Amino acid sequence: MTAITSDFFSAPVLPKWVAPVLLLAFAYGVVPLIGSSYLFEAILLPFLALSLAGVGLNILTGYAGQVSLGSAAFMAAGAFAAYNFDLRVEGLPLIGSIFLAGIVAAAIGIVFGLPSLRLKGFYLAVSTLAAQFFVQWALTKFSWFSNNSASGVIDAPRLSISGFALDGAIGRYLFALTIVTVLTFLAHRLVTSQTGRNFIAIRDNETAARIIGIPVLKTKLLAFAISSFIIGVAGVIWAFAYLRTVEPDGFDLDRSFQILFIIIIGGLASIRGAFFGAALIVVFPLGLSRLGGFLLGDLFDSGVLDMSQRIVLGALIILFLILEPDGLVALWDRIRRRLLFAWQST
Amino acid sequence: MIADFDYQFFIEVLVGGLLSGVMYSLVAIGFVLIYKTSGVLNFAQGAMLLFAALTFVSLVERGIPFALALVITFAIMVAMGVAIERTVLRPLTNKPPITLFMATLGLSYIIEGAAQLIWGTQVHGLDLGIEDVPLEIGGVLISQFDIFAAVVAAGMVLLLSLFFRYTRIGLSFRAVADDQFAALAVGLRLPLIWATVWAAAGLVALVAGLLWGARLGVQFSLSLVVLKALPVLVLGGFDSILGAIVGGLLIGASEKLAEVYIGDYFGGGIESWFAYVVALVFLLIRPSGLFGQKLVERI
Repeated sequence: MTAITSDFFSAPVLPKWVAPVLLLAFAYGVVPLIGSSYLFEAILLPFLALSLAGVGLNILTGYAGQVSLGSAAFMAAGAFAAYNFDLRVEGLPLIGSIFLAGIVAAAIGIVFGLPSLRLKGFYLAVSTLAAQFFVQWALTKFSWFSNNSASGVIDAPRLSISGFALDGAIGRYLFALTIVTVLTFLAHRLVTSQTGRNFIAIRDNETAARIIGIPVLKTKLLAFAISSFIIGVAGVIWAFAYLRTVEPDGFDLDRSFQILFIIIIGGLASIRGAFFGAALIVVFPLGLSRLGGFLLGDLFDSGVLDMSQRIVLGALIILFLILEPDGLVALWDRIRRRLLFAWQST
Repeated sequence: MIADFDYQFFIEVLVGGLLSGVMYSLVAIGFVLIYKTSGVLNFAQGAMLLFAALTFVSLVERGIPFALALVITFAIMVAMGVAIERTVLRPLTNKPPITLFMATLGLSYIIEGAAQLIWGTQVHGLDLGIEDVPLEIGGVLISQFDIFAAVVAAGMVLLLSLFFRYTRIGLSFRAVADDQFAALAVGLRLPLIWATVWAAAGLVALVAGLLWGARLGVQFSLSLVVLKALPVLVLGGFDSILGAIVGGLLIGASEKLAEVYIGDYFGGGIESWFAYVVALVFLLIRPSGLFGQKLVERI
């Protein structure tokens, strides 16, 4: 027998896990050595927190198809819950507080997910706003949550794992990176499991999903719970590792929209998409302010910057919805295919 | 306890709530107009309201007479409606409603940013020449301005209803609302109709913006009025003008009563979420809202 040789030269297809593992090796091994503190404080930490929030919202909105406008409320719930667990429960390790905070956020998510059993589409989206306003109100109103601090702004506890302090920018970066990696991996496993396929079935056709025997109500609530858990933990990272203060004002409606924008721009129903979207959302204001300052000089003050940011962000959303509804991920995949193809034909 | 109940105070609170509900309805009508004809929940309505009010005030401050400023602002709103149809809605025809909703979210960011980039971020006072002196009617004090707002809202609803019922373009609005595909098939010009609807929504935004602006001052927070109108819409049904009015009245009244009578138990400030809770509880009982059409989509 002669071996049949293919006429096509195909690039060696790497196993799927190679790229993430290489990326992680880079993030753990190289970035801490070369990064400046500006890179950690202004870019990587908010990027990690928002990416994780995006992953969480993507499970609910991208996979299960339930639009939520209240993500920031769950971030706030997570941040405040972690703060209170850390403060009030003696001897609870930080990881324990964070895990319990995620559970609290998940419980709140289930409560505000209940309307999804009867409402769909816009009606549901509007009802998730209730979570946004209620949680923010409760956190500002009852000073118990902020340990009776006069300003409502509280210092986050110092990060440490079994006595090993992670105070510096690099320590907080590694801490955030580890949590994000673990949760993202779990989220990835989830969406490729039977549960993930149930989510997608409900998103695509609820009636059909019911007919093939998917417990629709339970699955919807599960989506709310898991998504809120992840978003809650993202809130903890945002408050503890990035801002190092816990305050309700940072988790307003604009933050909820920001997370929604992250998954639209990055790509709905894609775990990678949340990271692409968050990278753009974090880097673009910095770039815009540099560019504006360079082009307009003193005319480009913070007010103008704020407004032009809003305009460009809004325009980006519309452009993505029209031109690339599958987000940056689709764009990236296409470019990569083109490059591979070009590389092969040489 | 019951004997001590101050009925006059209760009625004052109730009437005050109903009248502020009218202000919510005014905003909600703008939503309903667009939702009815294009199935889009236009989140940018609040931004349009801000833009209209800000443009008008800035024109008046530059010495342009009241009536002329009104005309110019309306012209700008019409131009905006046409531009939105051309650049946002047309490329997104036949996309799922939720995509269109997100597009209007982006739109609201653009309009808010543009409004303040052009006209500045400071707070403008707006005087419509109506005195805000309380009138005493049957022993109950009622703000004159609120009555004026209510009359304007009533007039607008009447006008819109007549327009929908008796004009040719109103008829085509209803046709599009009923069935977009069939409307296209009989040769209705969808782009023209959508542009008109957005212009009409711009007019509603202008009127609501002026009234709210006279109340709160013209500033960024005007665009947050949209958040007050959403529970009204949920309660009344997204596609019913009557629902917007009744929903507005219900929300306005219950919000004020709750704030006055049970707000203390919660430590006050409950109006930020109370309307949503009312709307939600109501929806759990009647998922299609007060007057909304029963759609499979909703339940």
